[in-house]
Amino acid sequence: MSVLSSSLHHHPETQPFWSALGERRFLFKACRGCGRAHWYPRAICPFCDSPDTEWRNASGRGVIYSYSIMRVAKPPYAIAYVTLEEGPTMMTNIVDSDLEAIAIGKPVEVAIRKTTDDESLPMFKLA
Amino acid sequence: MSINGMAYIVGAYEHPTRKAPDKSVAQLHAEVALGALADAGLSKDDVDGYFCGGDAPGTGPLSLVEYMNLKVRHADSTNIGGSSYILHVNHAAQAIAAGKCDVALITLAGRPRSESLQKGPPQRTDNPVQPDFPWEQAFGMTTLNAYAMCAMRHMHEFGTTSDQLAWVKVAASHHAQHNPNAMLRDVVTVEDVANSPVVADPLRRLDCCVISDGGGAVIVTRPEIARSLKRPLVKVRGAGEAIKHLSGGDVDLTYSAGARSGPLAFTEAGLKPTDIKYVSLYDSFTMTVIIQLEDLGFCRKGEGGRFVADGNLISGVGRLPFNTDGGGLCNNHPNHRGGMTKIIEAVRQLRGEAHPAVQVANCDLALAHGTGGLLGTRHGSATLIMERE
Repeated sequence: MSVLSSSLHHHPETQPFWSALGERRFLFKACRGCGRAHWYPRAICPFCDSPDTEWRNASGRGVIYSYSIMRVAKPPYAIAYVTLEEGPTMMTNIVDSDLEAIAIGKPVEVAIRKTTDDESLPMFKLA
Repeated sequence: MSINGMAYIVGAYEHPTRKAPDKSVAQLHAEVALGALADAGLSKDDVDGYFCGGDAPGTGPLSLVEYMNLKVRHADSTNIGGSSYILHVNHAAQAIAAGKCDVALITLAGRPRSESLQKGPPQRTDNPVQPDFPWEQAFGMTTLNAYAMCAMRHMHEFGTTSDQLAWVKVAASHHAQHNPNAMLRDVVTVEDVANSPVVADPLRRLDCCVISDGGGAVIVTRPEIARSLKRPLVKVRGAGEAIKHLSGGDVDLTYSAGARSGPLAFTEAGLKPTDIKYVSLYDSFTMTVIIQLEDLGFCRKGEGGRFVADGNLISGVGRLPFNTDGGGLCNNHPNHRGGMTKIIEAVRQLRGEAHPAVQVANCDLALAHGTGGLLGTRHGSATLIMERE
């Protein structure tokens, strides 16, 4: 069982995100009360406490805020914080890219990656 | 109510072991507790308050109070990771000031080295109910790459260099050569650090702390009892605590919760950073020290790299000696939790009991500070300012 599948059933409030991701749609949560987007998605806005939050389609574009290549892993992989065009910064992986070309400030686009037959994760690749 | 002057640290003990394959975790807790009590000149029957963190086996204080057969009227197991014990001194002082206990025992112990947990703290894969779990663990987040991303951003914004990070390790190694219990006693150079392999960009092997078994304990008590004991008086002057996190996606990895806990402690103590003669700083990684120095006000934000360069943290050489026991980078990091040993070395300095080669002259004011949890996601900071009376 993956890390992801062992956890998702505990979090019904974010099930729509994972269902959409399985259909290759990348969603984020924004608040109708204060208008701000947040990450990770929550039922209650972490900025104004409004319960009136809604799912929106993300553009899938962002820029790298920070990253690190895990050299001791085999094979090495890139973890990163990506700042989405919609505002929030999220933890993710940079995939399908030359690891040595990754840099802060570089534009990226979402690359929904299947991790198991029925699970996907929102990762990014250099644009 | 301020805790300034309301409590004293009268006992401190660091377990000499760095690998304890034949001891249980509870046994290590009991050994450090008895060591600290002996140091204070108190007995177990004097203890009426007990404090422990997330390293405590079983149900925290319930299990350990039973194991040690303590009789307490106050207990607290607030867990903010490896800096918990610095926070516990604050909580013990508050409890003493409120009349909830008179003699507080704080313990830390663990044996990850014997249990072969070589990858650092558990990545919390055992807690899928944690709300952030699917958004972090699934991407292969570890302690290593979480801190590395902070270092990468700090370098990007402020021009901090790998050689500047290396100076933190160089200073720790200069101190550790005098500590017979330290795991790494060889003095290293900036070149040695630069030549060690990158483990998670930009951090190299020698930017990381050691993995060790062991532990430590301190005893906190009220002024009247402290004055009745035959030990140098170490007064609690001020303390602060704070928690920082990812703020709903409004991420800034360049500072820590120390930016809030530090000013709280200095205000309570009625002191400023330039008053401090010695600092114990949580050195999980070299970058952790640089960020803490900036957040606590020992230099301006972004100037931590330049501040540590050229040996400025080396006792007898630089103007702010730090971690004179060798710290987590060279001495020990029992159970992946460096907060307790930070208090203990500060107490040694204030008592004049540090190794003569690293003892800071006229060390009357010291600060211990920790960042527990994960610097890059959510962590608790605790700051403690102590004075030799």
